[in-house]
Amino acid sequence: MAQVDTKTSNRPLSPHLSIWRWGPAMFVSILHRVTGDGLALVGLPVLLWWLYAVAAGPAAYAAFAGHAGAWYGKVVLIGLTWSFLNHMASGLRHFVLDTGAGYELKNNALWSILTPVLALSATIAVWVFILLR
Amino acid sequence: MGNGTELGRVRALGSAHSGAHHWLLQRYTAIGNMFAGLFLLFGLLAKGDYSFASIHGWLHSPLPALMAGLFVLSTFWHARLGLQVLAEDYVTDNSNKFAVMAALNLLTFAGAAFGLLSVARIALGA
Repeated sequence: MAQVDTKTSNRPLSPHLSIWRWGPAMFVSILHRVTGDGLALVGLPVLLWWLYAVAAGPAAYAAFAGHAGAWYGKVVLIGLTWSFLNHMASGLRHFVLDTGAGYELKNNALWSILTPVLALSATIAVWVFILLR
Repeated sequence: MGNGTELGRVRALGSAHSGAHHWLLQRYTAIGNMFAGLFLLFGLLAKGDYSFASIHGWLHSPLPALMAGLFVLSTFWHARLGLQVLAEDYVTDNSNKFAVMAALNLLTFAGAAFGLLSVARIALGA
């Protein structure tokens, strides 16, 4: 919480919603934030509902499974699977960037594109496995 | 301290004196999310049978129960750190920011406690 120190109140914030230009790095960065906040705001409540349903017994679990197995439940679960895998993939990209590597323009653009592609492929693989087994 | 460009305004202010701890915790919890999350994902994929008896029996056994508990702790901690960044970026008014952070702390602690109690009930119950 930077605003505690009065000296810091004049500090400019990071670029805001209006300041951006289309590009691979911008795309993967926005996906990282969207999937992360989606996991926090939708994924965690679903996780709690699931754990509660398993703890509460067969009736509560049947209610959860009824929604989770319906078409809209599958849409949410597929979305959460994609969000988790995409956030994990771009998170791993961040670990590499944290070491100071991967900032060369071509290399950076390549991994900015590969990250969501790999996550999407993994999501498809997971759900093809679940639905076709 | 200049008044012109953003770079000019931030120059010579020195360190912000906070942030590195938050940054590191976000990384540490991310590693936990990945290992516990992949354990649960592959565990569920290997199960195939998503009936109550199957899932309850699985989460009742020690290792899946431990991983589920760790996943709850790690993800709620990570989400609290991540949503803080969201609030700090988009909630500019300081009193609103304080209110959002207070609510965020209460909700993430409550959510994690609820999740851990559920896991404990599954693991220790009949």
